[in-house]
Amino acid sequence: MRRITLRHCIALCCCLFGLFSLSTHAAEAASFDPLLAELGEAKIKDMEPILVRIEAVSDETVLPLLRTLLNGNLYYIKAEKKVIGEFESNGETYYKDVFTDEINAGIDRRDVDKIRVNNNLRGYLRNAIARIQLTSKSPSVRENAVRELLSKLDGSTVAVLEGLYPNETNKKVKDAMGLALAMNTASQTELAASNRIAAIEKLSSSLENDVRNLLTTLTRDDNTAVVTAANIALEKIAQRANRFAFVDQLFFGLSLGSVLLLASIGLAITFGVMGVINMAHGEMIMLGAYTTYVVQLMMPNYIDYSIWVAIPAAFLVSGLMGVLIERLVICRLHGRPLETLLATFGISLILQQLVRTIFSPLNRQVSTPSWMSGSWEINPVLSLTLNRLYILAFALLVFIVLVIVLKKTPLGLNVRAVSQNRNMAKAMGVKTNWVDAMTFGLGSGIAGIAGVALSQLTNVGPNLGQSYIIDSFMVVVFGGVGNLLGTLVAAFTLGIATKFLEPTTGAVLAAILVLVFIILFIQKRPKGLFPQKGRAAE
Amino acid sequence: MTRLTAWFTEGRSTGKHTLPFVVILLGVTILASAANLFLPADSIFYVSTYTITLLGKYLCYAMLALAVDIIWGYCGILSLGHGAFFALGGYAMGMYLMRQIGDRGVYGNPILPDFMVFLDWKELPWFWLGMDQFWFAMLMAVFIPGLLAFVFGWLAFRSRVTGVYLSIMTQALTYALLLAFFRNEMGFGGNNGLTDFKEILGFSLQADSTRVALFLITAILLAVIFVISQKILSSRFGKVVLAIRDSESRSRFIGYRTDRYKVWLFVYSAVIAGIAGALYVPQVGIINPGEFSPINSIEMVIWVAVGGRGTLIGAVIGALLVNYAKTRFTAIMPDAWLFALGAMFVLVTLYLPKGLMGLYGQLKAKRNSVTKKESQA
Repeated sequence: MRRITLRHCIALCCCLFGLFSLSTHAAEAASFDPLLAELGEAKIKDMEPILVRIEAVSDETVLPLLRTLLNGNLYYIKAEKKVIGEFESNGETYYKDVFTDEINAGIDRRDVDKIRVNNNLRGYLRNAIARIQLTSKSPSVRENAVRELLSKLDGSTVAVLEGLYPNETNKKVKDAMGLALAMNTASQTELAASNRIAAIEKLSSSLENDVRNLLTTLTRDDNTAVVTAANIALEKIAQRANRFAFVDQLFFGLSLGSVLLLASIGLAITFGVMGVINMAHGEMIMLGAYTTYVVQLMMPNYIDYSIWVAIPAAFLVSGLMGVLIERLVICRLHGRPLETLLATFGISLILQQLVRTIFSPLNRQVSTPSWMSGSWEINPVLSLTLNRLYILAFALLVFIVLVIVLKKTPLGLNVRAVSQNRNMAKAMGVKTNWVDAMTFGLGSGIAGIAGVALSQLTNVGPNLGQSYIIDSFMVVVFGGVGNLLGTLVAAFTLGIATKFLEPTTGAVLAAILVLVFIILFIQKRPKGLFPQKGRAAE
Repeated sequence: MTRLTAWFTEGRSTGKHTLPFVVILLGVTILASAANLFLPADSIFYVSTYTITLLGKYLCYAMLALAVDIIWGYCGILSLGHGAFFALGGYAMGMYLMRQIGDRGVYGNPILPDFMVFLDWKELPWFWLGMDQFWFAMLMAVFIPGLLAFVFGWLAFRSRVTGVYLSIMTQALTYALLLAFFRNEMGFGGNNGLTDFKEILGFSLQADSTRVALFLITAILLAVIFVISQKILSSRFGKVVLAIRDSESRSRFIGYRTDRYKVWLFVYSAVIAGIAGALYVPQVGIINPGEFSPINSIEMVIWVAVGGRGTLIGAVIGALLVNYAKTRFTAIMPDAWLFALGAMFVLVTLYLPKGLMGLYGQLKAKRNSVTKKESQA
């Protein structure tokens, strides 16, 4: 969330700035200009007092100036006694007014001098920015400013915090400020031990990294009571952090499970209904991912919406390819599953090479829509990435839609009839050829949709599908052929199991263990977790 | 001589190619070897050492195709994991060759191979012990694939895992081994595998004579395995195997323990694959985990499919033809090879279900019927 909040706060500042600059800029500028001129003329060692004076007479509107200075992009125009910001775009350098963002085209590199800063000044600037943000009107900017300050508390910032704390109305900001003050109290060796211990106890409810660092230093304190309190607090924090680490692992397991579900659910349909293994299923996923890439190429200015175009497009591309494969190859190999396996494997090789020839063998970059990037920060140790969260929800949605299609539509009825007893369905007038083609198209189309989702998580390359094909088969076999619920359970079980094994065994060994487990599981229950019952089962 | 001929051609019609096959194979091999060793390099009949090695490689592939055909063509078990047995046999040979390097490695350690010194290992892992003995390494080259096939087959066939399930399981098996052998901690050289071999049984691997000898040995072993397989498959055991292929449940009802037949045939096939791997490694000079990759195993299946499954000679011809085509194709236009391979998979399964041997049989049948008609007229 650090990313998102930072971006938010910058956006917010720009916004605020835009609103206020028009009305206040004239007044501010009047009081600033001499100071800025002084800043431009000053030597590095004389700059700090000038900055202090600037800070004293200003509010949030000065932030862009300080940031530009901090990044080393502030320049001084000697002739006009003015400062100006430099920025780069498409390899060209431009100069603009730091307050109004107006590009000043008439300025040449030779007219300006860089205002240099050293580490000392950078530290001061960071603190100053945080202090100014503390008085911001937006609670989230204030809270972030406090959290930024946690690692670099000093006398001046503590004084500012102490002044602001009683008047703060927002609970979150107040808590953060309280934490910062408690950290300050706990670290003051000259204070009474009882006060410090109370502060440490308060700290034990926080998961901030800075708090943990402070407590670790306190375990080496001279006062034994403080040391015990710090140890207890650390223990408490560790326990809570472990609980959240567990949730984090669970989330990654669910995320892997959702990917497996998307990849294998189409396979479950084709395998379940037609009894054929489609080795080109992975390539259908790959086609979906490449469709996403092509859609983004076609609408580069609307990346945020491209995904809504890509999902139906990928469904159509992969689905049509599936129907084509079924009509041209698979329907001619009816009743010969091993030959079908080989023929579809050949198709997968051809499709891979086709993509390699058209798009190059290198991986292609698919960009993530801005609303999917970033993460949802629940607390300092637990943050869930948004794209994984969306894909999890998306996988479940696809699953539900598919179940509804199979249970409630005429196509679904036919598909179920054919999968349970092909000959009887044929005798009742179901066009099994048509059902086969539609099933294959549906299964492949869903693989295409899976490709759209995968393009947001991994690189898009010609081998994308291959890496998922074995795992998808394992899921289908584990869950039981022809059983969508089984596929769901199997996908999440395998996903979670893999992610929980990984920290202890490493990723490769975890994959091997899961494979071995499934091989052994098939010994015991050859028809999977949820075998088909009744006459449908042979 | 007639008795020898009879011994070779004994059995049903499947055996009739045996004698010509053995004669042609050994004849070509000996001629090529002689042309390499005794003719001057500028003679038009001179066969370069590169060609000899290439031919030796093809013969290893042919042996491997034989292994796949024995279980797929004769018992209907489609294994997509035979590359695993091949690679395990290869690793056994590779470990022996690695130990033969001795202190001539980059780090000059007399006992530890280079990659172990590099990983800072202090002593040889237990599974490398004894691998400096040729006989022991060769025993392992057949024993380890055989054991794996036995365990896997026993588990799979006993619980009646058949058809596409079994194929996917075998693919998962080789995939799991691929992942495992990529790990440095396994002690098999990680993703670099084993290479930089110097000599075998004291003969330098770079010498022409060693190359020719390896080629000859491969050809002889291929002939021997061909004849033995022909014998086994035309015996009573082979008849039961065919019955299992055509209708497993019926064979079971008649009273055969079909799972046992399948297990032993699977083990036999894996052992052949292991031998092929052990012969392959000294000729190409490297073994790495890439040999475990599922695509290799599936390529073997297409060799058999092209040649014609259910005929041993078809497997050999398929392996030789497809690999020759691969060598030519990848040299001329590397990108087209995968298209050609993919098209081969599709076209052979659609239009040539019995492979080239089936096509040959069809053509002969047609000619026979034509000549019969002519003679009647």
